[in-house]
Amino acid sequence: MGPAEIKETILDILEGIAPDEDLSGLKDDVPLREQLELDSMDFLDIVMELRKRYRVQIPEDDYLELATMNSTVNYLTPLMKDLEKV
Amino acid sequence: MSSYDTIIIGAGLSGLAAGIRLAHYDRRVCILERHTTIGGLNSFYRLGGRNFDVGLHAVTNYTPKGARKGPLARLLRQLRFRWEDFALVPQIGSQIAFPGISLNFTNDFELFRSEVHQAFPAERANFDKLSAAIMDYDDLDGALASQSARSIVTQWIRDPLLIDMLFCPLQYYGGAREHDMDFGQFSIMFRSIFQEGFARPWSGIRQILKNLVRRFKELGGELRLRAGVQRMEVDDDRVSRIVLDDGSEITADRVLSSAGLVETLAMVDQQPARTPQPGQLSFVEGIAVLNEQPQKLGCDRSVIFFNDSDKFRWQKPDELVDVTSGVVCLPNNFKFDRPLEDAMVRVTALANYDRWRLLPPVDYQAAKQATYERIMEIVGRFIPEYRARTVASDMFTPMTVERFTGHANGAIYGSPEKRRHGTTHLKNLFLCGTDQGFVGIIGAMFSGIMIANRHVLGTVSTDLEQVAAVGVDF
Ligand SMILES: Cc1cc2nc3c(=O)[nH]c(=O)nc-3n(C[C@H](O)[C@H](O)[C@H](O)COP(=O)(O)OP(=O)(O)OC[C@H]3O[C@@H](n4cnc5c(N)ncnc54)[C@H](O)[C@@H]3O)c2cc1C
Repeated sequence: MGPAEIKETILDILEGIAPDEDLSGLKDDVPLREQLELDSMDFLDIVMELRKRYRVQIPEDDYLELATMNSTVNYLTPLMKDLEKV
Repeated sequence: MSSYDTIIIGAGLSGLAAGIRLAHYDRRVCILERHTTIGGLNSFYRLGGRNFDVGLHAVTNYTPKGARKGPLARLLRQLRFRWEDFALVPQIGSQIAFPGISLNFTNDFELFRSEVHQAFPAERANFDKLSAAIMDYDDLDGALASQSARSIVTQWIRDPLLIDMLFCPLQYYGGAREHDMDFGQFSIMFRSIFQEGFARPWSGIRQILKNLVRRFKELGGELRLRAGVQRMEVDDDRVSRIVLDDGSEITADRVLSSAGLVETLAMVDQQPARTPQPGQLSFVEGIAVLNEQPQKLGCDRSVIFFNDSDKFRWQKPDELVDVTSGVVCLPNNFKFDRPLEDAMVRVTALANYDRWRLLPPVDYQAAKQATYERIMEIVGRFIPEYRARTVASDMFTPMTVERFTGHANGAIYGSPEKRRHGTTHLKNLFLCGTDQGFVGIIGAMFSGIMIANRHVLGTVSTDLEQVAAVGVDF
């Protein structure tokens, strides 16, 4: 999976968590927390969805990497490069 | 013998919400419910060809579609529901009616603020300070949280009448303890009622329960009705075996119980060092079906909290019932775009469980009838012709609550002792719902989510502590 597919995966997950949100205008470099007012329960859900769907383990110390779409994709690229998108 | 990751005791709102979280993350989860149907304290039934809700006056914590903050938005995200799935319709407006003075409130806090300002000019700045402090208050583990709300509120507000008028709705919708509540609970309730507000789905609690149970089953969760937990065997400080009423046995890594603290302890043979107190506060409720919409009969209020005494008393009454205060709920008076199928009015008042329990069976029906007449008389203040308009009625007592939900003493808000963290003296037994401490429809679901996250799904501790702290900021 490359960066574009990883971004799609994250968007899928966000759409699942917040089905009422219109994600089309989401900015890649602005914190997700600010744009969607996600709280820490939601961030944990992103982590758990990645584990559930792709068995990707994100250690607690790395949670801050999930701040923006760009930082999330950058962080996940090496971890997910050998995985197929489902 | 069947075996699960997690067994949940009770298919009420907290158990169902916890079940959805666990099934979504692929846990093998089973909900065991003693009753023949789901819903617990907030269920539904049919009588004489009509649909009735058991508990629903109003869903609290209402925020409109698009709101991202507040418990409703947060629990919709956690359960992966759309706002429309709960189909909540806001109230028209409610009232706190005390002798010679009343305060109206809607889902717009400014209106309530101006009502308070007008009725209590000397308290204007004090009330604003109190509400600002509560708006920002999110530290339920902090030092203030467990202190007496009455003593803290008294530091802001001087007029005892205003204090009573603020406490009355909060206690009726979530006061497990007599006389007072802790400041954490006060803040939660103040926000959920005054700063957020009331709503109802057109089809009542069914709307929410149907969605919860459908989702739970779609995710592979198992729900067993008529499957009461008789007892739990303990081995090495852990629940090792669950024995059902029919004698069959189940094992599970963990058990989440929504049955209540005292009720859950009664199922295990190994007891904690200190025995917790059961709740003392129960209610009677009368329901009258009218042949005309209340608004056509002159009453447009959604919920009326009334008190007729000098001092509002939140305590177990000496008699069967205390009619000097109570709640009148008019389910039709929400901003529905089509009228409800039936017009109804419900009246709730404090009741004494022991008095009801000690009634000889021959007197029980008569007492029920007489109490119905007494509490429904209050409706006459708001709808003078209610009696001639009544076409059907129903009534529940503390005995009904106990029989259908298993809550000791028929105490709807459970024990005065809450277990915010959900832990018990056994390592794999946790509490959710009523005695974890979040009550009401939204509170119970939130509790189920939080306890499932924390004690079953949670792998990391520090972040979870933070999540838990945030998780209660309503
Ligand atoms: C008359 C009334 C009016 C109310 N009005 C409102 C309102 O307007 N707004 C609001 O927000 N809230 C209201 N509430 C409160 C709200 O209904 C409750 O706080 C909420 O439903 C509690 O949910 P719960 O899941 O914690 O507990 P419960 O609903 O009590 O669920 C516990 C379940 O466990 C089951 N159980 C118990 N023991 C066992 C056992 N041994 N084995 C198997 N199953 C067992 C019970 O049968 C029950 O189904 C009202 C309640 C009542 C009774």
